[in-house]
Amino acid sequence: MTTTTTTTTKDGTTTIEAPADLPVIRMSREFRATPAQLVRAHTDADLFVRWVGPDGSEVRIDQWDPRTGGSWRYLNVVKGEEYGFRGCFHTVREDRLVQTFTWEGMPDGVSLETLSFEDLGDGRTRMLAESLVDRFETRDAILASGMEVGLNDGYARLDGLLDDGEV
Amino acid sequence: MPDPLSQAFAALADPTRRDIVARLCAGDATVGELAAPYDVSLQAVSKHLKVLEGAGLVSRGRDAQRRPVHLEAEVFDLMTKWIERYRREAEARYQRLDAVLAQLDEHTTDPHEPTERGETA
Repeated sequence: MTTTTTTTTKDGTTTIEAPADLPVIRMSREFRATPAQLVRAHTDADLFVRWVGPDGSEVRIDQWDPRTGGSWRYLNVVKGEEYGFRGCFHTVREDRLVQTFTWEGMPDGVSLETLSFEDLGDGRTRMLAESLVDRFETRDAILASGMEVGLNDGYARLDGLLDDGEV
Repeated sequence: MPDPLSQAFAALADPTRRDIVARLCAGDATVGELAAPYDVSLQAVSKHLKVLEGAGLVSRGRDAQRRPVHLEAEVFDLMTKWIERYRREAEARYQRLDAVLAQLDEHTTDPHEPTERGETA
């Protein structure tokens, strides 16, 4: 059992941490790729749409200017429903991407997304992804909702527990 | 109205409350026992306990005299599950990224094969 809101789970893949003292979500994962390839997968629109959305969704790029100071906007289409996301490319560099991120359903909410890429030297790269929001409530709402649309049915039971007021 | 998970996280954003929770892991305790190590009043500790209780993290026993504080472990399990769910969604996304990167790799290992859009990696 955890006694703080910091939880690190590891199964050899993505690790996650939600520290108790900062409204931050940190994730870490290794990829069989170079930092340059990872930057490209995040900044080349045609590559980006192939992996970012949840399964069964379609990602439509509306605006995409992947350079320092540029901006972006895309729509996530799930079962005919469109969800808009937008932000700026604050820093685009070979070892680092910094972007702002807003879900248009909550237009006043903005998170700062920092991706850093550590070259592990054998064709592998460790990516650290940090999302910083302005309030703990926002961070926790993001964690609770998964932020992504198209929830996994496997967790319906958990949702039911919450709905039933059992917790 | 904040959802239960947000309440639980918010309640644990305070270091004293986190410490109280950590000590309750060892077993139930009275308010007096919980207050003993701190340089604060019983009232202040009671206030912290009210927040934890409101978030469903602890409950108070029925014994009118002692009213021992009890940790509700299930809530922590739930928080861990929510975070794990978020992590799995990220992992699924990164597995799709793996597949895209693997295709980039094939292109870069064969210099004769043009990249999809003639761009450099």
